[in-house]
Amino acid sequence: MIPDISSILFSGAIGLLVIGVGGLLLSNNAYRVLLALVIAEAGANLMLVIAGYRWDAIAPILTGDFTPQPMVDPVPQAMVLTAIVIGVGVQALALTLIIRVKKAYGTLNMVEIKKRMEMDFDRLSQEANQPGKLEDNS
Amino acid sequence: MIEAFVLILVIIMLAAALSALLLDNLIAATASASAVSIALATIFIILRAPDVAMTEAVVGTGLSSLILVLGLKRLKLWQLDTQSDNEEVK
Repeated sequence: MIPDISSILFSGAIGLLVIGVGGLLLSNNAYRVLLALVIAEAGANLMLVIAGYRWDAIAPILTGDFTPQPMVDPVPQAMVLTAIVIGVGVQALALTLIIRVKKAYGTLNMVEIKKRMEMDFDRLSQEANQPGKLEDNS
Repeated sequence: MIEAFVLILVIIMLAAALSALLLDNLIAATASASAVSIALATIFIILRAPDVAMTEAVVGTGLSSLILVLGLKRLKLWQLDTQSDNEEVK
């Protein structure tokens, strides 16, 4: 009745990835985009650890005796260990950018931020092109 | 037996992930994101990766939630009354 353990875990990892990427695409609040990024990153970590898993094995760092035994693949675990720490750094950077955007524009609505950023870019490019045109005319 | 435990954990994790995106209150959404992390740490222990589980529990749950909550206070969104995403906070 209960499905296999690896299929449960794979469906959990794929579900986390789908929820995270869907939230990244569909959220309207910048802070909620950051939360979706955290969730997608958790799904990717779980997927990597499942890739090196075997059911009849022991943990690589908890070997009590020295008889040869099968153990789970330690390489994806080491990669995930690094990815967790890097992920927290990326979260902190994204939160810093969100705080700067909130200070500059006073809103967290993604559509509003995009509109005002495009207005700023247009104004900056016009100011950059204006002296060149004057020199060409004279 | 272990399959039932893992199934319950995965269901809790997916429900917390959904509620992090759907709840109107941003404090509750942040708490749901850290609930995803702590369920993931328990699943890592079952997957025989105790070092990854320790790191996920300390860094992913503790430090990440601390950073998110401090950013929430800095964004002046730390309030308990519910509001929609589209309304602007003055």
